[in-house]
Amino acid sequence: MEERPLSDISYYKFIDEEKLMGSECKKCEELYVPPRHFCIKCHGSDMEWHQMEGNGKLAAFTCIFIGPPFMVQQGFDRKNPYCTGVVELEEGPRVVARIEGVDAGDPESIKVGTPLEVEFLHRGEGDEEVVSLAFRPTAS
Amino acid sequence: MPEKRKLGRGVAIVGAGMSKFGMFADKDSKDLFAEAFKELLSSVDKGFDPERIEAMWIGNFSNDFFVHQSHWGPIISDLLGMAPIASTRTEGACAASTLAFRDGVMSIASGLYDVVLVGGVEEMSKCTTVEVTEGLALATSPYEGAAAFTFPGVFGALATAYFDKYGASREALMNVTIKSHNNAPLNPKAQFNQTIAEIMQAKIKRAEEKGRPVPSWSDEKDALRDSRFNPPVAWPMCLYDCCPISDGASCMLLVAEDMAGEFTDKPVYLAGMGQGSGRGLHAAPSLTSFEANKQAAAEAYGMSGLEPKDIQFSEVHDCFSIAELIHTEDLGFFGPGEAFEAVADGATKLDGPMPINTSGGLKCKGHPVGATGVSQLIEVWKQLRGDAGKRQIPGRDLHVGGAQNLGGTGGTCTFTILERR
Ligand SMILES: [Zn+2]
Repeated sequence: MEERPLSDISYYKFIDEEKLMGSECKKCEELYVPPRHFCIKCHGSDMEWHQMEGNGKLAAFTCIFIGPPFMVQQGFDRKNPYCTGVVELEEGPRVVARIEGVDAGDPESIKVGTPLEVEFLHRGEGDEEVVSLAFRPTAS
Repeated sequence: MPEKRKLGRGVAIVGAGMSKFGMFADKDSKDLFAEAFKELLSSVDKGFDPERIEAMWIGNFSNDFFVHQSHWGPIISDLLGMAPIASTRTEGACAASTLAFRDGVMSIASGLYDVVLVGGVEEMSKCTTVEVTEGLALATSPYEGAAAFTFPGVFGALATAYFDKYGASREALMNVTIKSHNNAPLNPKAQFNQTIAEIMQAKIKRAEEKGRPVPSWSDEKDALRDSRFNPPVAWPMCLYDCCPISDGASCMLLVAEDMAGEFTDKPVYLAGMGQGSGRGLHAAPSLTSFEANKQAAAEAYGMSGLEPKDIQFSEVHDCFSIAELIHTEDLGFFGPGEAFEAVADGATKLDGPMPINTSGGLKCKGHPVGATGVSQLIEVWKQLRGDAGKRQIPGRDLHVGGAQNLGGTGGTCTFTILERR
């Protein structure tokens, strides 16, 4: 479906375009997000792009009170923590992503198993714009 | 289970030394390694001429980043007056010096050398906390950095998965911390030397002296629940779940098994060793286990012919409290999801049936990352020789002990079994 080379560089370019893309092994149909060059299951090396629906559930999370410099620059600190986690997609693979729409200051309120949907976070403008992968609790 | 992997010839540990671990503004990596090597020289029971060392391996994770100096192999051989013998730096994040140990073992097992020095060093405290956090994050999976995970954050996420799967809570982590702090005052090399109860009392006394509101903690867990005492870092990892920033060095003298008697009448032998690799959080087969541990343990048990029940005590890599629970399950000391209750019952205390981290662990002994793996092996060596002083495991005839070391967020794991015959 897509001609871009299977790579992390392409994976992040797709995220810039608000697409969550993985790779599918042509031999055994196993899915990988981010994409892999080689299939872990059958060791096949013939892969093609596969777009993920972007639905899943929270498998694990943490609320970070002391973040890396790029998050501190965005105003996150002890008084304003953020949540990041592991999301198990409906199609099977897991991804790591920021978790939005939860109260990171009250971690006990966040539950493993919560249904989530993909959201793309935009910050900065023009050439400086950065898009990151995030999920938030599914609107019910 | 991998096939039994046997060494071409056996290897004995006949000497060892380590610097004090801590934060030392007035000592650099060379000073720390010199301190460790001086102790090694005096530890060889029958004396020893350093001229006999034929090659050396030095573990170091990131002095390149922390003190802007790389290429530590020859710096250390020159320091010791050993140049021009071969000196190689190994890197496996926080498992760097166990990889040095493994390379030394393999060089003797292959017949290439008879006497080698292995060790490690790291100098972290001259950086700010933000710089150290950034430096350590270099050892996470690249995708985790993009998702704004920190090092403690990865372990925090594993803890939430563990809590959810097994019904544990932060209480379980507090039991690990309290146990480690109870061992620490018994280890003169440890960075921290107070129990949690002693730290509480000191804080209460300081509050009274300064006329500030005096905390009214009912017990240790009550204090650990108080976010002023134990602030969250990457929830559920709080300050007292995390190992400190440390400087330190460690080293060990390895010789071919049949030569051990020239150096000591109390040698400790390598019984088994294994190493595994892992993937990032997103690709890990389980969020409550490290696959690299399982590989390392299977190899070490296979080589030694021993089983988990044969291991009488172990050091494990408690960079964060949750890791201690996961490791002791991965190594088979406890069943999956059973470690947290075993710790609550006191099983891992110094006088319990399965003492874990008698040294105080990374949490209290300190974690100068490149020196940690060999320092764990030194603790096992000391316990097996009956040289562990006040923290000697009481009332047990010790023959077999283990040391588990982890690099990064589980990208590298090793398990090593030592024995006294
Ligand atoms: Zn396949």
